[in-house]
Formats: sequence, C-alpha cells, structure tokens
Amino acid sequence: MSASPQPTVFASLRGDAETLAAPLPPLLAAAEQLAASVMTGAHGRRRVGQGDEFWQYRPSHPGDEARMIDWRRSARADDALFVREKEWQAAQSVMLWLDMGQSMQFASAKTLPTKAAEARRLALALAVLLIRGGERVGLTNLGIPPRSGQVQLMRLTAALTADGDDSEYAAPELRAAPLRSRAVFVSDFMGEFGPIEHALTTAADRGIDGAVLQVLDPQEEVFPFDGRTIFESVGGTLHHETLKAGDLRDRYLDRLAERKDALRNICRLTGWQYNTHHTGNAASAALLWLYQALERTH
Amino acid sequence: MWSIGPIGFAAPWLLLGLALLPILWLLLRAVPPAPVRRMFPGVALLLGLSDDETQTDRTPWWLLLLRTLAIAAAIIGFAGPVLNPKAETAGNGPLLIVIDGGWADARDWSARMDRVEALLGEASQSGRETAIVSLTDLPVDGDLPFRAASAWASQVPGIQPQAWLPDAEDLTAWSDALSGNFDTFWLSDGLNHIWRDDLLSVLQDKGSVTVFESIRPVLALRPARFVDGLVEIDVMRSRSSADALVGISAHGLDPNGTPRQLARFDIDVPAGEQMATGELSLPAELRNRVTRFEIEGVRSAGAVTLTDDSLRRREVAVLSARDEREGLRLLSPTHYLEQALVTNADLIQGSIEDIVLANPDVIILADIVTLAGTEPEVLEDWVRGGGLLLRFAGPRLAASDFGRDEEDTLMPVRLRAGGRTVGGAMSWGEPKALRSFTAESPFFGLDIPEDVAVTSQVMAQPDPSLAERTIASLADGTPLVTRKRLDQGQVVLFHVTANADWSTLPLSGLFVQMLERLAVSTRSSTLNAEDLEGTTWTLEETLNGFGDVIDAGALPGIPGERLAVDAPGPDLPPGLYAGEDRRIALNAVHSDTELSPAVWPADIPIEGFAVRDEVPLAGLALSFALLALMIDVLATLFLSGRLTSAAAAIIALMIVAAPPAAEAQEDDIEKLLSAVSEVTLAYVITSDSTLDSTSAAGLRGLSEILSRRTSIEPVEPVGVNLETDELSVYPFLYWPISENQPRPSAESYAKLNRYLRTGGMILFDTRDASTSGFSTSTPNGRRLQQLALPLDIPPLEPIPSDHVLTRTFYLLQDFPGRFVSRDVWVEAAPADAEQAEGMPFRNLNDNVTPVVIGGNDWAAAWATDERGVPMFPVGRGFAGERQREVAYRFGVNLIMHVLTGNYKSDQVHVPALLDRLGQ
Repeated sequence: MSASPQPTVFASLRGDAETLAAPLPPLLAAAEQLAASVMTGAHGRRRVGQGDEFWQYRPSHPGDEARMIDWRRSARADDALFVREKEWQAAQSVMLWLDMGQSMQFASAKTLPTKAAEARRLALALAVLLIRGGERVGLTNLGIPPRSGQVQLMRLTAALTADGDDSEYAAPELRAAPLRSRAVFVSDFMGEFGPIEHALTTAADRGIDGAVLQVLDPQEEVFPFDGRTIFESVGGTLHHETLKAGDLRDRYLDRLAERKDALRNICRLTGWQYNTHHTGNAASAALLWLYQALERTH
Repeated sequence: MWSIGPIGFAAPWLLLGLALLPILWLLLRAVPPAPVRRMFPGVALLLGLSDDETQTDRTPWWLLLLRTLAIAAAIIGFAGPVLNPKAETAGNGPLLIVIDGGWADARDWSARMDRVEALLGEASQSGRETAIVSLTDLPVDGDLPFRAASAWASQVPGIQPQAWLPDAEDLTAWSDALSGNFDTFWLSDGLNHIWRDDLLSVLQDKGSVTVFESIRPVLALRPARFVDGLVEIDVMRSRSSADALVGISAHGLDPNGTPRQLARFDIDVPAGEQMATGELSLPAELRNRVTRFEIEGVRSAGAVTLTDDSLRRREVAVLSARDEREGLRLLSPTHYLEQALVTNADLIQGSIEDIVLANPDVIILADIVTLAGTEPEVLEDWVRGGGLLLRFAGPRLAASDFGRDEEDTLMPVRLRAGGRTVGGAMSWGEPKALRSFTAESPFFGLDIPEDVAVTSQVMAQPDPSLAERTIASLADGTPLVTRKRLDQGQVVLFHVTANADWSTLPLSGLFVQMLERLAVSTRSSTLNAEDLEGTTWTLEETLNGFGDVIDAGALPGIPGERLAVDAPGPDLPPGLYAGEDRRIALNAVHSDTELSPAVWPADIPIEGFAVRDEVPLAGLALSFALLALMIDVLATLFLSGRLTSAAAAIIALMIVAAPPAAEAQEDDIEKLLSAVSEVTLAYVITSDSTLDSTSAAGLRGLSEILSRRTSIEPVEPVGVNLETDELSVYPFLYWPISENQPRPSAESYAKLNRYLRTGGMILFDTRDASTSGFSTSTPNGRRLQQLALPLDIPPLEPIPSDHVLTRTFYLLQDFPGRFVSRDVWVEAAPADAEQAEGMPFRNLNDNVTPVVIGGNDWAAAWATDERGVPMFPVGRGFAGERQREVAYRFGVNLIMHVLTGNYKSDQVHVPALLDRLGQ
C-alpha cells in the first residue's frame, strides 16, 4: 500500500470492532468453562427411535428389511438374525428467560458478581450444555426462537450481552415459546408476585414445564444493616427509610422466606422445579441442578 | 486574674461563650444524625414495614449532652483556667532569704530550693537586692551579703542542709548585729526553736516577714536502745495530725561485707500522738551487724540514727571445769559470771572448737587448766585475731604445774606453786583489800567498795614484765588481775576464782564494772561525762544533712566529755566516734529531743508547699473536649449504623475471652465423672509432650491387657496436672521423671501427700535403668530425689522376694520394663515381720505400698498405638517379646495390688499358692 489511509480512521474502526467483539468471547468463554464442569451424558429418550446412538440389538421379526439386519452381530449367533436399533433422540426446545431488570444489577461486594452477570453466565452455560446435547435453545426476552447449533449459541451470547431494560423488576414472559417445550426462569423474584404467578400458570396451561432459579445476593439473605438507613432500589425508584434497620431484619427475613415458600408452592403446583442460588456460592452447583432439572422426564 | 474558688481564669471573658450553649443545644437537637443511603434490591420486601419504636428524628439527649459538654469544656479550656492561681508577691527593697538549714529541712530540700529560685527569679525581675542566709552557716562577718538576685542563682545549689540545728547563742549574736531595712522571706523547718521568737521580732523590726513552711511534718528517730532483749526505737513527728505508719529499716553489713537492709518494721503513730515507740526483735548475730536505723523514704539526718556499742551485745563463751558436785548452784565456778553477764551479753556454751567457730568476743575459762589436743592452738589463733581470753584461777590451777616453769602463751604471767591463803582459819593475816587502780589500768577511776576482800589467790612469779602486766593488785601489791597483749587480742587472768570461794569480789558491783571495762560486757547506754573524762575520740563516719553516712576523713580528736554534753554542731558533727576499745554514736537527734511545731504570730503570712502549686487546667479541659468529641464520632457512627463491623470485632474480642474457662471447667467435671465411675489409670503430665504421649500409650496398652486378661476394665487413661487436677479419684498414678520437670507447688505437694496417705499409689519411673540401674547418680535420679523430697514417703527397700507384688495375679520374680533392673523399691516391711508358719512368706504390712520406684521405663514397654501394635522395641527377638510379656504381667500385678491390696497375702489362698509353687 503506497498511500496509507488515515491512521486515525483505522484506529477508531479497530477500536469499535474490538469493543463490539469484546463482550462476546469472555461471556461465552466463562459459560463454556462453567459448562465444562458438567459431564453431559447422552440426552436420549431411553427408547427406540430415530437417532445416531446405538440403543440395542433385537432378534429380527418377520417383516424386517434385509438391510436392517446387523450381519456382524448375526454371524456371531447360531441361528438368529439381529437387528440393530438406535435410540430415539428427539431434540427439545428449551426457552430461557432472564430477568433483565435493574434489581439484578446488584452486588453487595466488589468480589461478588452482580446477580445479572451470574444469571447470564449460568443461562449461557446451560445453553452451551443443551446445544452440545443437541437441543434447541431460545431466549424469550428478545423473542429468539429455539434453534440448535453454534450459530444459535453466538446469537444467544449477543442477546445476553445486551443491556437490560429500565424497569425495576421484570416478570417472566413466554414469548415465542412453543407448546410443550421446556423453560428456565432465572431471576431474583423480588418484584410483584402476581406476574410471576401468572407466568407460571400460563406456562403450565401451555404444557410448558421447567425450572425456576432464584438468584440472590448473600446480603439479601442476611440483611446485615443497622441504624438509620434509607434503602433504595437499584433503579432508584423505590425508597424505604428506617431509623433502626436492625429492627427490620427479622421481618424482612420472614418476608423473604414467605416469598420463597410462595415460589416453591406455585412451582410444585405447576410441575416446575425451584431452587435458590446465591452469588457467593459456586455456580457449578446451580448449573448442575439446572441441567438435572431439565433432564428429568415428564 | 479573675477566679472562682480555687480556679482562676486567664481570659475570663471567653466564659461568656457558655451562655451560647442553650442555643447550641437547640440547634444540635434539630439536626439528627444523617441516614445512610443504601442500594438494596430487597427494598420491595421492606415496603410497608414500619419501625417498632417511634423515635423522633432528633439527636438523642445523651449525644446532645456529650456535644454540649465537649463545647463547654473547650470554652473553659480556652479561657485559661488555673488551679490555685498564685498571687504575685509585691514589694521592693532588699530581700533577705533565711533558711534554717538544719537536718529538719533536708526532707523537702529540693522543694525549698525551688522556692528560693522562684524568689530569686521574682527578685531579679523587680531588681531587688537579695541575700541568702543559712542559719546553720551564718555569714562570718555579720553583714548581710546583699547582691543582685541573679548573682545568687548560681550559688543556690551550693547551699546544703547541715546535720545539726542552728545554735541559739550564735544566732542571737548574729541577729543583734543586723542593721538596715529589708523584707524577709523565711524558709522555716517548721520546728519550734527557742531562738525563733527573738529572731522573728528582730526581722520584723527590719521589714515585712513572710514564712514558708512545709506542710509535711518533720520526722525524727531517737537513738535505738536495748531493753529486755528488744531493740526499742522512738519515732517522733512535729505535728500530731493523723494516723501514720512509719517504716523503719535497719541497715548494716551482711556476712559478705555488703551493706544492705537487714530488717524493717513499721511503727504506727496514732493520731494525736507525737511520738511512738517501736520494738524490734532481732537475733543477736543480726543485731550486732546493724549500723544504723532509718525512717524509710525520709532523707534527713534526723531520720537516721547510728548505733554504737551500746546496742551491740557481746558474745561471751563461758567454760568451766566439770563440776562433780551436782545442784550447788551458788558454788558453781561460773554462777556469778553468768549472773553478771546474762543481762547484757549473749552467753554461749559448748566445746572450745565449736565456740571458736562461733567467733565470740570473749571466752572465759573458769579454772580450766588443761586444754586437750588442738584446743590451745585454736584458742591462740582466736586470741591473736582479736579475742579476749579471760581466765579465772581456782583450786585446779593452783594445784597444777601449768605455766609454772615457763610462761604459757595463754597465760599472762607465770605462776608460783600453790598460791596463798590469807585471813582464813588456818592462816595468818587479814583478808586483803584492793589497792586503788593506777592510771594505766583499764579500771582506772572505778570506786573500790570497802567490803571487797581476797582470801586466796594464785601468785604470779616475779618477772620483769609483771609490773606492766598487772592491771589490778591487792593492797600489799600482789597482782590480782594481770593482762598480756597477744597481737590484737589479750589474755586476762583474775588470780581469784570466779565464785565467792576465794574472794568477795564476784559479789560486788565492782566485779561487773571491771567486766565492763574489760569490754566483756557492754555498758549501759547513757553517756556520762565523768566516764568519758580524759578520753579522746576520733570521728570515723559522719552524717550529712540528708542522713547519708560518709567517711569522716582525718579530723582532730574530740574530748570525751563533749560527746556526753554538747549538742552536735559544726565542730562536733554527728557521726560515729571511735575511742580506745569502743565506739560511740553521736546522733543528730538525742534521746531526749522533743519535736514541737513552730507557732507563728497571726500577722505573719505563711506559705506552704501544697497551696503553692499553680496548676494550669487548660490542657485538661481541652483534652476532655477532644475526648468527648471522639466519643461523639463513635456514637454518631453507632447511631447511623456504620459502626457495625468495628463494633462487632470489639464485642467479639470481649466475648472470646470468657467462655473457655467454663468449658474447661465442664471438661474437668466430665473427666472427674468418668474417673469416679470407671477405673482410670492416670499419669502425671510432665513438661515433655513426647514423654506424656508415651505414658498415655503405655497406660493404654496396660489397660487393654488388663481388660483382656483380668476383670479390671479400665477406661482410656488420663493425664493429670498436679497443680489443677483432683487426684483422689485415681487409684494409680504413673509418674515418669524427666530431668527438666518443674517442681510442683507447695499446694500440689500437700495434695500428693494427702493422696499417698489415703491409699493412692505412685509409680515413679526414672527410665534410666539401662545406664545406671536405679540410682541417684543419674540426672533423672537426682531429679526424682528433689521432686520426692517433700513427699511423705515411708522407708523403702528393694522389692523382697516375698512381697505381695510378686503374686497378686501372676507369679513374678522380675519386674522388667524396657530395661531389666531388679532395683525396684517399695515400702519397707516392718522390722518385726516374721516368717509365717508353713509359708514361704512373711506376714507383711497390711497396706498397699504408697510408692513403687524404679527405672525400668515401664510405660514404653507397655505402650501400644491405636491398633494395639507395640510402639517401642523391647530386648531382642523372642526374649524381648518375653520381656514385654513379663512387663505386662508386672503391670497387671501392680494394678491388682493397687486395687486389691494385700488380699493375696491372706492365708486363705496359701494352700493353692503353695501348690502352684510346688512346695
């Protein structure tokens, strides 16, 4: 190149590109790393059907086509012909919903991730696992329909790195969720309980079941406050002032326990699974739980 | 300076700021502590919760009070408060500073000098001429040395208190010669002297007089005296205000020649009394070493009293020939001597060698002629070293040939054979009286009573030296008392008996006086001018005003009568005066000195130390303000909930300290409960953790063997700490000895002795039989000896072959551990133990031996780890295993012995045992 372009143009272009690309690999890498902690087994249907994996040999019946005979196995037998059967591997659709509300943007300590970051990492790691297992994964937040494959993973990554919305607390939604699919809701479930209940009952009506993971900050479980305090929500829309925060502790913890009970109850009623995860604890345990919750047969 | 009560203010106008406090109160009250704003997602759950207590949004009253106090303190602090503000002394013209300068001043000397310096500073500021006069050191020429005050400043340190008080005559002469007008500042010692009023009136004529007096009373000690075996000492004080406890210490040289405090005691001076007497009982040895008594904490010559020979009691050894006749006390050769000496000398008795070792001052031989063996040499050495050998004649001396042909070293003169008797029934002449003493004689000056008569005496052989050796003689010139100097000592012979057989001398008062003069006994304490007439005394040690004893250097001699009469003064400093054969202490305070407080006319302003001090309080007030503000910071943090982590840490720290004690106690109780409910073997915890774990493992191994083979099923062994643990619940203690084991305390020993007496058993193991057998020559053996010394251990013997330990469970003859030594000791059998009829055993004591002592390292042989595998090798191969087995058997026997006592000694089992023994 004889006539070099303006260096500043290149620099800014490159900078923009890097800025754009930067969030993708770390989140995905973190999710992949988390996903690597779970050994995936075959995600089959435990019955004969279409698939790649060997399921069983069975003696041939009259009517089996000749090409279906497994000659190698039959040759070892004395007088019978065997047919090789494959396991039925049907792809499921798993819809993820992440709370993108402001309340998730909270971490009580610098060493802890925010609840949103934790939720995204968990969700994406679950997506990695599911896609690796051949499932279709979608995201209800942005209406991304369930698809499988690495491209879908990149799509999910991009969607999850997008900024959250401005609302203080978000309610689960089931946009683009096919009937009889499965779903995962990740949130702190601190907001109004009505929409949450509504979403879960609607899901049950549509034959969707799945798992509810409540992500909480350790501080929210302990309420270690004292003295005259004004509590503000992360978005700044809600305030509560108290003169002796310490006196509120028990009542707050009661309310939190009530909220958890309510969630557990509604999950039990609708056939969902419920668990709590604290950002201070190891995420792999939560991931494992999510994965097993989804593996459970209907 | 404006002042409220004792507090003055440098800037009183600032105090008006205090009026603002109520406004401040209102202002502060309206401003509550700011809330913390916290981001908290869970706020949705909080909505609708209200506070329990309806608290106003105002500052709590106590915080308000704290802040107000802080600000008030700051205002007061800046106003410059001063406690006891000093009123400026006004005046001009020359200033005379009078200092008493005696020993009574010495106690507060530095404070006095500080005051003098302050006065000089004021005087030099106002340009006053100043003179300083110490009344014990009056200006020679009579004129007052008025100079610029700054010129005096450099001389103040040179003014020192003297060990005596001002002399009235000198003072009167001096004060009469005073002229001119001046103001006087008089630093008085606070005592009432006879010259004080005269001097005061003279000084008041010249100008105003201000008196400065210490509020502390003057303390003084009168000379110690010896009464009825006790040292009595009077402490006096000038003011009889409150109760006071005065500490008196006695100082002297210890046996190594180092000066140190030999004794101390307290005298309680009750309120209202000016004098109290303390009594001190001291062993004669110690008392003779005392050189001075001091009031503790008072530096003054009056608070020190030197002791002299009057307090010393001489040690006199009295020896007499064996008296065949019993019970005739009045005829005893030494009866009168003892009577004369017992009141003021310490008598010792014994053989000559023993006596010389005690190094008495005097040895008296009453009619002893022959000295056996090395006694003469020993005695001679002692005499030459400064002893006084006092001999009395008697029938034996008269009858012997001792010192007849040639002079014996231990006799002053040669004697003629036989002696003589006068005035008896079988002799001519009259009993002889004494001739008056010559000037050379130590008895010179003593009155001779008329009734002293001598009827018998031994006669001195005429010799060239006889005349000079005679110190007392009879009227006819025959020597009665002769003396010979022997290097530093002397030998004195009374040519009569020490009892009334030969003369009436021992019955007379003269006898006692003669003994006193010979310094055999000490004299009574009062000095008497007549006694001391013609003697010359030199000052050896002197006291300075502060009561320090200093070497006097070379000073001219003092005539003896002055010592008795005159008060101490510049030419008769207090101290220790030495004469020919004794020493006299002249103290700053006489035995009849009285202390009374000075009484000043009402118009004389009196200053004291205590009211003088001007204490600026600004720093204190400001510190308080700062402290209050710091507390306010903490309190505010607390109120707003920001103190959580710090407070939690502090509270945690406070709480952590308490609980372990309770836990430990519970542990103790558990341990005790388990020990009383099951048989528990115990070992003594030493300072060596390896040793302790071996002991534990050993007892564990033994416990296992016991459970397996016998009906004793001990629980896990425990270690006991002799200091803290209860021992009585353990039947058996294994005590391994290590070289550096600490000695238990006295209480622990009491506990151990109680344990041993009430049936406990201790197995002492020195663990060194491999090197020494059991003996006390090893370090462990020596340690065992030291440790076991305070224990109540009966006589011991090596285990006899018929001891019950050899057959309580197994039949044993050896007691090996890791080492094989037969030196195992148990309580000795009583001497009258007899072979029982038809048995190979004796009927032995019925008790369990309280101790078994050996060095075979049993615990190591018994020790097994958790899996039951032996931890330490024993011997070699099969023989070693056999040895371990026998060690276990010994352990079983031992525990059986502990638990069953001498049950196996009972005759019931004898047939079976005999059968097994093949007899």
